[in-house]
Amino acid sequence: MSYLALTDADRESMLEEIGVGSIEELFADLPAGIRFDRPLDLPPALTEQELNAYFEALADRNEHNGAHVSFLGAGLYDHYVPAIVDAVLQRGEFLTAYTPYQPELSQGVLQSIFEYQTAICELTGMDVSNASGYDGTTVAADACYIAKHATGRSKVVVTEATNPQVRQVVKTYAPGFGLEVVEVPQRHGATDPDEVRAAAEGAACVIFQHPNFFGVLEPAPDLAAAAGDAEALPVAHVDPLSLGVLEAPGNYGCAIAIGEGQSAGNHISYGGPHYGFLAARSEFIRRMPGRIVGETTDAAGNRGYVLTLQTREQHIRREKATSNITTNQTLLALGGLVYLSWLGPRGVRELAETCMALADYAKGRIVTAGLELPFADRTTFKEFAVRVGRNARKVVKDAVDQGIHPGYALGRDYPGMDDVLLVAVTERRTKDDIDRLAEVLAP
Amino acid sequence: MKLIFEKSRPGRRAGRPPATDLPIPEVPAELRRSEPPRLPEIAEPDLLRHFTELSTRNFGIDTGFYPLGSCTMKHNPRVNERLAALPGFRDLHPLEDENRAQGALRICVELQDALAEITGLEAVSLQPAAGSQGELTGLLLMHAYFAERGEDQQRRKIVIPDTAHGTNPASVTMAGYELVDVQTDPRGNIDVDDLRAKVDETTAGLMLTNPSTLGLFDENIEEISRIFHDAGALMYYDGANLNAVCGISRPGDMGFEIVHINLHKTFSQPHGGGGPGGGPIAVSKRLEPFLPVPAIVRDGDAFRLDYDRPKSIGKVRGFLGPFGVFVRSYAFIRAYGPALREMSEVAVLNANYLLALLRDDYKLPFDRLCMHEFVVSARRLRREHGVTALDVAKRLMDYGFHPPTVYFPLIVPEALMIEPTETEAKETLDAFAEAMREIAREAVEEPELLKAAPHDTVVGRLDEVKAAKRAVVRYQFEDHPDLSAEPAAAGIEAPKGA
Repeated sequence: MSYLALTDADRESMLEEIGVGSIEELFADLPAGIRFDRPLDLPPALTEQELNAYFEALADRNEHNGAHVSFLGAGLYDHYVPAIVDAVLQRGEFLTAYTPYQPELSQGVLQSIFEYQTAICELTGMDVSNASGYDGTTVAADACYIAKHATGRSKVVVTEATNPQVRQVVKTYAPGFGLEVVEVPQRHGATDPDEVRAAAEGAACVIFQHPNFFGVLEPAPDLAAAAGDAEALPVAHVDPLSLGVLEAPGNYGCAIAIGEGQSAGNHISYGGPHYGFLAARSEFIRRMPGRIVGETTDAAGNRGYVLTLQTREQHIRREKATSNITTNQTLLALGGLVYLSWLGPRGVRELAETCMALADYAKGRIVTAGLELPFADRTTFKEFAVRVGRNARKVVKDAVDQGIHPGYALGRDYPGMDDVLLVAVTERRTKDDIDRLAEVLAP
Repeated sequence: MKLIFEKSRPGRRAGRPPATDLPIPEVPAELRRSEPPRLPEIAEPDLLRHFTELSTRNFGIDTGFYPLGSCTMKHNPRVNERLAALPGFRDLHPLEDENRAQGALRICVELQDALAEITGLEAVSLQPAAGSQGELTGLLLMHAYFAERGEDQQRRKIVIPDTAHGTNPASVTMAGYELVDVQTDPRGNIDVDDLRAKVDETTAGLMLTNPSTLGLFDENIEEISRIFHDAGALMYYDGANLNAVCGISRPGDMGFEIVHINLHKTFSQPHGGGGPGGGPIAVSKRLEPFLPVPAIVRDGDAFRLDYDRPKSIGKVRGFLGPFGVFVRSYAFIRAYGPALREMSEVAVLNANYLLALLRDDYKLPFDRLCMHEFVVSARRLRREHGVTALDVAKRLMDYGFHPPTVYFPLIVPEALMIEPTETEAKETLDAFAEAMREIAREAVEEPELLKAAPHDTVVGRLDEVKAAKRAVVRYQFEDHPDLSAEPAAAGIEAPKGA
């Protein structure tokens, strides 16, 4: 199958118009030594029906949420995605448009990004948001780059209780940015503000996740204040849905708020694509990476939207740009906007409360079943750690055989936690699911 | 049109999450939200109407011809959307046990194999989220490679031609390298003499798009490759223009050892108004140990993730990369099979045909056959009639077409960069050429008509200077300013490049 439109007669008359005798002649500029002289070694072409069959068979080999009960989270969460999100994202005018370089033909995308920026600012308590970053990891590297240039400092501090993948990506980017990365250890599942204060001395920023990777609510205002004491920029990495019940980072002194948007409106999709969000106080607007949409007017005074402050960007500033980002995650961010609009302010709070209540119920059931919570005295959001009393990876394997995925084994990321499991509970889990989890985990 | 926030009314709502009869735990007072976020409060019918109306104020490939140069705006097959939305893919968690994700891992490995074959290289990482992240990843690979050889302190320079996408120099800075610009010769190739003078033992590598952003294949690519290999430097291929050469010439055979592939260009991932994309990189055997973790590998008849890569640069993105993009792109590749060569041939045929139709009315800065795209200049229209490339672009909207890329590449004044792609019918190309010729006539007879264009769009030409000066980047509720009351700002025009 191909998606070509030319008939043989078309090809002939087009070659004639060009003034060449064959398609090969169009490639006359290619030196003989670098021409590819055999057919591509790819499987034979498939019809649409054959494509369907091939991919459906592969999809059937995956044990997805819904086919079994899963308490996996660790950064991506099984929240319900309403039908209206998919319906809007499949509108061809959104789906098949490029980056809105020509605003008169792109008001739909531009206005929706402006609305997305507003929604993210409202959630995070910030003044300005970009049009999205790649995901919840790369926006952390972006925040470091902003902080380095805003402060002239070349050390960044990340808490150990921040998602390991976020820390790994920051470390990958750091040598190119000329940054040194320092980690502040977790203490009993949370971060000590005094240790942050000491580490932040001479640092460009302090990145902390809240709720952190263990689901624990950090002393976030104290962490931000500790960073601020050292004149390092406080950067909060937040779950957007947690902001239905937790204070907005802009209201406790953070300079930048970042996060993974997946839990607000994107399917898990085996890890992507999703959107990362990055919002900041207005003083950092000219250091922000990526697209930003601004309001303006046409000559008749009609309101309209354009990509703005483009002198930050690679296509204008080239090597002096604030980032190399071009293509971002606009369609997924649009999904986020539709989702947040669908929930509204009350829905976001109610959803956060439901997740918290179910997670709390799960903690109770698991303790009753005879297991221990390693951070029992900490308040958590929708995820929490459980000590399973034996190798957690083995526990996962056994539970999966019984049709339930009990969570993420923390041993790979945290030495000494080989017997600890990270359990995520969303609104899609029922009390019955949780009762089964407790049964399966019981020693 | 109103913003969704302006349609909000207290007490309305659309979605309702499941309620719970369980007690709701207390959030400690110092962490508790003080004011609810002012998200829209709107009923579902009006929510859907809002976004439907917004979509009608937007132009996509589904709407019409979209010859945006270097962006490869080809048809997006809908079967790929259906496949990516299969629950076995859409609802699969990336931390799921590998044995229970074999179908997904198989797609990743088969896509890696296909990309290795198409690029002529040995190993592939699917992780980078977009082309520009592929670039950064490639440069970090160079760092790691030279560090292992003890040459990292010495090799600090990356050579880039003046026709390059802006992402190339921006990536060089982000990777901590120094930029060395090399010029273009009168035939539109890299100036080899200039290049020779700038490549030495301090050079880490080259970043090159071939065919270039001029739509020209570099005739001296073998000589360029010799210069870099003799200097012990590496060559990076910006795959933005790979659509021209699939099955015809492979970057690996040209001497490149790192290639990024824009899945949202050549392999038809819908661009979504600005993403998602996908920017896998393919590399030679000697660079494979440095690729991001985890590697996705074959293990007999099964597939698994391999984290045991001690020389890896680390992770550049969460999990394995944008998997949904892999499904769509791999389905696209499987639809064509070896006939991907025909795809590229027709892309080049369509571009040359359109060029032949336009060459009498627009100036061609380099008089050669083109590859999958070409650049013409509106310089004569500007000199003789005061009509700019931007005016031509805006007027095209009135004819129902999306404009080409304008003012890029930077070395061509009043540039219009046109890429029709292989999926357009001859009639569409004929109609577009007719509109371009008509506009050239209007430039002579009614230049004011062009300067005031577009006339038939939902808004007129927008004041970008005012937008940048006022920087209103979010709705401000009761404090929202009325910009229509403020005078226009004098305009400068920014490139609208890819």
